Formats: sequence, C-alpha cells, structure tokens
Amino acid sequence: MAFIDILQSIIPIALFYSAPLIFTALGGVFSERSGVVNIGLEGLMVMGAFVGIVFNLTFADVFGAATPWLSIIVAAIVSSIFSLLHAVASVSFRADQVVSGVAINFLALGLGVFLTKQWYGKGQTDMVTEPFYSQNIPYLSDIPIIGDMFFTGAYYTSFLAIALAFVAWFVLYKTAFGLQLRSVGEHPMAADTNGINVYRMRYIAVMLSGAFGGLGGSVFALTIALNFSSSTIVGQGFMSLAAVIFGKWHPLGALGAALFFGFAQSLSIISTNIPFLADVPKVYLTIAPYVLTIFALAGFIGRAEAPKANGQPYIKGTR
Amino acid sequence: MFSNRLFNIFVPIISVLLGLFAGAIIMFAFGYNPIEGYQALWDGAFGNSYFFGETIRQVTPYILTGLAVAFAFRSGLFNIGAEGQVIVGWVAAVWVGSSIEAPMVIHLPLSILAAAFAGALWGFLPGLLKATKGVHEVIITIMMNYIALHVSNYLIRNVISDGGDSSDRIGDTASLASNWLMELTDYSRMHYGIIVAIIAAIIMWFILEKTSSGYEFKAVGFNPHASKYAGMNVKKNIILSMVISGAFAGLAGAMEGLGTFGYMPSHSAFTNLGFDGIAVALLGGNTAFGTVIAAFLFGILKIGALNMPTSAGVPSELVEIVIALIIFFVASSYIIRWFLLRMRKEEK
Repeated sequence: MAFIDILQSIIPIALFYSAPLIFTALGGVFSERSGVVNIGLEGLMVMGAFVGIVFNLTFADVFGAATPWLSIIVAAIVSSIFSLLHAVASVSFRADQVVSGVAINFLALGLGVFLTKQWYGKGQTDMVTEPFYSQNIPYLSDIPIIGDMFFTGAYYTSFLAIALAFVAWFVLYKTAFGLQLRSVGEHPMAADTNGINVYRMRYIAVMLSGAFGGLGGSVFALTIALNFSSSTIVGQGFMSLAAVIFGKWHPLGALGAALFFGFAQSLSIISTNIPFLADVPKVYLTIAPYVLTIFALAGFIGRAEAPKANGQPYIKGTR
Repeated sequence: MFSNRLFNIFVPIISVLLGLFAGAIIMFAFGYNPIEGYQALWDGAFGNSYFFGETIRQVTPYILTGLAVAFAFRSGLFNIGAEGQVIVGWVAAVWVGSSIEAPMVIHLPLSILAAAFAGALWGFLPGLLKATKGVHEVIITIMMNYIALHVSNYLIRNVISDGGDSSDRIGDTASLASNWLMELTDYSRMHYGIIVAIIAAIIMWFILEKTSSGYEFKAVGFNPHASKYAGMNVKKNIILSMVISGAFAGLAGAMEGLGTFGYMPSHSAFTNLGFDGIAVALLGGNTAFGTVIAAFLFGILKIGALNMPTSAGVPSELVEIVIALIIFFVASSYIIRWFLLRMRKEEK
C-alpha cells in the first residue's frame, strides 16, 4: 500500500476520534487557565453524552436532520449548568478542586445511568436514529489528494472542533477577556487589585469548560457510540485532560495533542491493514498515547508549566 | 465545644447524613418510597448471612485502596493511580498464584507480596517523576492506569492463559478463600483477606504515628519547603510514600485475585476499586482508623444497593449519586465548618 493510501485511511479516522478530545481539552484549557483544576472533564463528557443522546432520541421526529446539531447545543448548555456544581464547590466553598472534580465524575455517571434506567427501563438507551453522518464536504473534497485525505467521508464536527480551537486561542490571547481570565489563574490577588472579579472570571471559565465538555461528550456519543450507557465515556475525559497538559495549557497545543491522541488511537484500530504495523502486537499501539504523554511530561518535550495559581482557591484578603 | 478534632469527626458524619438525605429526596422525587429504599439497602447489606459475607468481601479491597490513597494524601500526594495499582497487583498475584507450585506457607505469602511489589512498582514511577522532575502525580498516575489496564489484558490473553478471556485459576495453596467462612456465610465469597486488610491498616497507623519516617511523611505533606529546610530528604519521602501507597493498592488486587475470584478476567473497563478508594480515604479523614470505618460504610452502600432494584424497585445507581454527594460535602467542608461556627455563635 502506498504511503498516500495509508494516510488516506488514517487521517479521517484520526480526525473522527480527535474531535471529542479537542472540544473537551479546550474546556480544560479555559478552566485551568483561570486557576481551577478540572479533573471532572470526564464527568462533564458523560453528562454531555447523556443529554445529547436523550435529546436526540426524544426530538428526532420533531427536528429531523437538524436534531444532532440541536442535541450538542443542548448538551453544552446542560453540561455548563452541571459544571456550576464544580464552580460552587471549588470557587465559593474553597473545596479541594481535584476532589470536587472526582465527585463530578461520580455524580455524572450515577445520575446518567440512574435516569437512563428511570426513563428507558434498562441499563442503556436505544440507538439514536439521527446521528452525525460522515459526508463529502462540497467543493473541498474535489481537491486532488488533500480532498480525499481530509474532506471525503469526514464529519463537520471535526472541523468545528478545529475551528473552535482557533477561536479559543483568539479569545484567550487577543481579547481583554482572555487576558483577565489568564491573569486570574496566574496571580489572582494582582488581578483582584486591578478590579477584576476573580470569582466571576472563575465561574465563567468553569462553565465554559462545562459547555466544551458537553460538546465533546455529545459529539462522541453522536458520532462514535450512538447510545448511552455506563460504558459510553470511559476515559476520554482523562485523555482530554492529558491533552491539556501535553499541550501546555495552550488551546492550539491542546488541539495538537488531541489530534495526536486521535491519531494514535486510529493507528491501533486500523493497524491490521497497514503492512509494517500489522505484526506489532496491538497492545503497544494501544498504550502509546499514555506512554508518550509520560515521556512528554518527564521532560523529553520540554517542561510543562502550569498556570501559577492553578488549584488554589482564592480567598479575598489573604496574601 | 467545637475543637478541631471534633470538627474532623463531625464533618464526615454530617456529610454522610446530608448525602443520604439528598438520596431520599431523589427517591421521593421519582415516586419511590425513601424508607422502603433504605430498608432494602440495609437488608441487602445485613439481611442474611450471605449478604453480610458479601459486604465484608467488598469492604476488604476498599480498606486497602482507601489506605493507599490516604497514605499518599498524608504526604501531600494525590494517588489517583490506585486503580492501576490494583490491576497490576491482581495480575501479579494471579500470575504467581497460578504458575508456581509450593506449600501454602510459602506460596500464599509469596503471591501476596508479588501483588504488593507490583503495586509498589506502579507507584514508584509517578513518585520518581514527581520527586525529580516535579511532574504532577495526578496526570502520570492517570496515564499509568490505562497502561496497567491494557498491559494486564494483554498478559491475561497471551501469557497467563491459553488465549482465553481470563487467566488460569490459582493453585489452592495460594488461595485466601476458606470453606469455613463460605459455609458460615451461606456460600458468599467472603475470604480471609479481611485479616490482611486490618493488618495493613494497623501497619499504616504504626508507620505514620509511631515511626520517625512517618513523621517525615506527614511533615513533607504539611510543608515540603519547611521539611527540606529542617534537613529532611523530601525527594526520598515522596518516592517512598508513593511506593508504600502503591503497595497497599496492589494488596487490594491480591484480595480480588487470591480471595474473591481466584483468577483474573480481562477487563474492558476499570474495576473502580481504586477510584472508590479516593472516596473512602476522603471520608475517613486520611487516617487508618477512619479509612476502615469509611470502607465499611461504602461496602455496605455498594452491596446493599444491589438489593434495591429487586426489593424496592430503585435503580442501584442511586447509591452512586449518594456517594458522589457525600464526596462533595466532605470536599466542601469549609461551608459545613462555617455553618457549625455560625450556629455556635448564635447559641451564645
């Protein structure tokens, strides 16, 4: 198989698997940049997947082909409301942010499965009838080579994810709002003295992470899983968290890391079709993203520096 | 009246009560009878000797993962990797238990130690990276969890079985299971592991409270800079703490491999023993004694929950919600303290 052919079979799958991770990782970037550690990304994705699937199942008849898009919007809204719990606990109640994030993970899964059993009478929902379908993007898919690689059999959600990464970069680095948000995560007291409302900024950041996590979870559910059960989201949120750190808390870095993880995952999925990878035991490819993250953090790819005030509750009047 | 010590006891108790109360409200909101629901939970944990045996069986690994997380917490580390350490411990125990033939006095301790060693190894790497490179242990341990999961599945399918979905069975000489305990509890899967767990709790208490290295662990947890200034080797303490923590979690894996199951099935997802251990440790205030109490509570909730769908029609996930809320309340203890202080002021 020629190299181009291999790329043509890997890239669509890599994009497909990366999209949910990109969304969620962007959420992580917002939250952690404001100084709130968000280990609850997993739970926010679970909530997003649950809401996305339930909305899709309930309103598929009403909205027809627009249902998946409405589903991810509703999932983003509900997840951002859900993430308020994390904000209240870690910003206002000064809870340990990691612990509160763990609680978010437990709670989302418990609530999701509880309500699934309540509403559908069994451990998983039905399959959705209106998922996202892969499409040939008009015009772009006609470009030779690149068209086949990126725009044939692709999902619009993947491009939305990549576009949002650039939007997030613009917001964080080119607007006053972004500067305020980052300053709150680096030195909340200095930000406070300059008239920035630290609590408000952190609440906004956490809710943004909820919205992005909801997008990620619902996109995963509506492109890959197609139903909701306790095993729909298993670790994608933690992968996204790894992408945040791997990407050095930068939106474009997180985008790159998420694309890389998606690429590594797709390798292990289609390795049997690629001559020189077919003989490699699959386990090496499966663990590759995790091992590489550890290598990266251990300093092979440079030191990752967290926002200074990440994880510390801000208490007015303390130094 | 409210000393710090009293607070430390009050906060978990209030959190549990609030969590159960919230669970009752949820049951009520969905048209269930909360009293029936909790009655079913109670019966499911203590209703007969079988349920009681199963509860103890569940409590056993919870004590150990709780100790693992608590021990790391005491030296300022968050070991979210107990999950992976449980898995590698389980693999190691089953591997030694099924591939070696030896008399029980050697075989059983050897299998248990293998599990502790494997868990310790899995804790060593995050400890090393934290100590030497300052890499956050949470991320490394999360990654280590996945590596443990996938590598163990590979080992189970290709090395310790003939290509099957579960490992070979361990030899009788490596088993913690006991016919006597099983008959006593109407053929539950209760095993001698609970003794190992209690001993481990005593060991942790002894290390932390009665030895100078335990003092150093706690000092490093309170203030690494001050500890360093006082001449303590902070790096060594961080690594050692993760190693000991990993060993506790590895033992939990041995409980599953040598006691409950006698083999290891390949896992498509995590066991959740390690993640639940976080909740156990938090509720137990990161002390050995508290962890044992909290492990009993969670064991009761988890096993009792299995009876809720049949007896009261309530989905067992209700208990997951209750546990999550309990963690929330414990984490937000600041607000509970504030509330208690306010009440006290008003009394005056």
